[in-house]
Amino acid sequence: MNLTLKVWRQKSANSPGRFQDHTARNVMPDMSFLEMLDVVNEELAERGEEPIAFDSDCREGICGACSLVINGIPHGGNAGTATCQLHMRHFHDGQTITIEPWRARAFPPVKDLVVDRSAFDRIIQSGGFVSVNTGGTPDANALPIPKVDQELAMDAAACIGCGACVAACKNASAMLFVAAKVQHLALLPQGKVEANRRVLSMVEAMDAEGFGACSVTGSCEAVCPKQISLDFISRMNRDYLKA
Amino acid sequence: MNVIQKLFRSSLGKKTIMAITGILLFGFVIVHMLGNLQIFLGADVINTYAAFLKSKPALLWVARIGLLVLVGLHIGSAVQLSRQNRAARPIPYGDAKHPGASYASRTMLMSGLIVLAFIIYHLLHFTVAVPGVNLLGASAQLPNGDFLQLKDATGHQDVFRMLVLGFSNVWVSGFYIVGMALLCMHLSHGISSLFQSLGIRQHFCGQCLDRLAMLLAAIIFIGNSSIPIAILLGYGR
Repeated sequence: MNLTLKVWRQKSANSPGRFQDHTARNVMPDMSFLEMLDVVNEELAERGEEPIAFDSDCREGICGACSLVINGIPHGGNAGTATCQLHMRHFHDGQTITIEPWRARAFPPVKDLVVDRSAFDRIIQSGGFVSVNTGGTPDANALPIPKVDQELAMDAAACIGCGACVAACKNASAMLFVAAKVQHLALLPQGKVEANRRVLSMVEAMDAEGFGACSVTGSCEAVCPKQISLDFISRMNRDYLKA
Repeated sequence: MNVIQKLFRSSLGKKTIMAITGILLFGFVIVHMLGNLQIFLGADVINTYAAFLKSKPALLWVARIGLLVLVGLHIGSAVQLSRQNRAARPIPYGDAKHPGASYASRTMLMSGLIVLAFIIYHLLHFTVAVPGVNLLGASAQLPNGDFLQLKDATGHQDVFRMLVLGFSNVWVSGFYIVGMALLCMHLSHGISSLFQSLGIRQHFCGQCLDRLAMLLAAIIFIGNSSIPIAILLGYGR
């Protein structure tokens, strides 16, 4: 199939960006969205034009590097998948597809569809860790943890830090990311020790980065490739108020 | 970090203020609606109720100042949060969609501001009773166009006739019904999202909270709008 791509092109952080039309020819339905862009880029390179810059790494939905707002929805709108897991069979011949970067003050543009997500790293640096010497691996049953807490902590730990929650939120709020990173540690005994200090400094870091506040619209949960629940935001709010 | 700093500095704290003031204001809306619905029990009942409220000026003013503080905190936090939210996305999307987000949840500021305009009109209309805003003019039933001069047989202020006359104007009633519709929309998101802001949503099922909020908001809309609608259809005239 042949598609028209309306792609956001921006030379550098400081130059103005604009939409530019590109044509994707002979797209196979089994290609992933990123493979389709690779083909378009090959053509552009052959013609001596600047290829479209976009982030990607593992291409199997576990690293959190890929992004892209596709037709207005981060990761393209298929439940529980990242852009790299989106296949061209969800589009039809002749369709026009709009492709934009994550848009947030805290995610400044780098080039084309690539934005700088190091604001997330700085939030993690402010407290998203456990300060103990790990030593050797402990015995599996040395530290009993209730099944419910294990499962909840694993659900929160599924966050791959892609930033789709920020991209989808009308306020560009990072609450779902921060909540997941606070909760996957706070639910486990190793992380409980520093729980209060962690939630206070991570929320402070989040506000300082210039993310918006939560309006509880639920867009973040709807686009999250790991389907992280809004309940984690509620849990973080409780922990923050208690701390 | 102390509690005051936490509440007034951070985005989470401001959301907590929104939630707590929101609950209290919703409580007021419920009580106010129940008071108003006494109009359907006849003129005597509602006039006696109004006279009872007016007979306790100290209590009345404490409640009024309390409400003013709540509204002030609610709006103050909303304005600060909205500014932060606007600033967080300087370049808008070319193709903006809102997956999973209800219309009410995305327009809380706008519905809130329209409700605020309604509340100001409502206070001028029935509480301060500025003659110019009731759009009735002077008539035999309403000398000087002043609601406060209406008295019933016992000498109490005649709230019943004030409501009947006030809502006999279609434009005024229409604005009240629009105001209630916007309040209903505001509450349909506000009531469920305050559970999130207070950090207790995980103890309930999220969908049930959304439905509960819609039900309560609908009750407020039907209860309050029934008064102007009943009067327009001829009740009390």
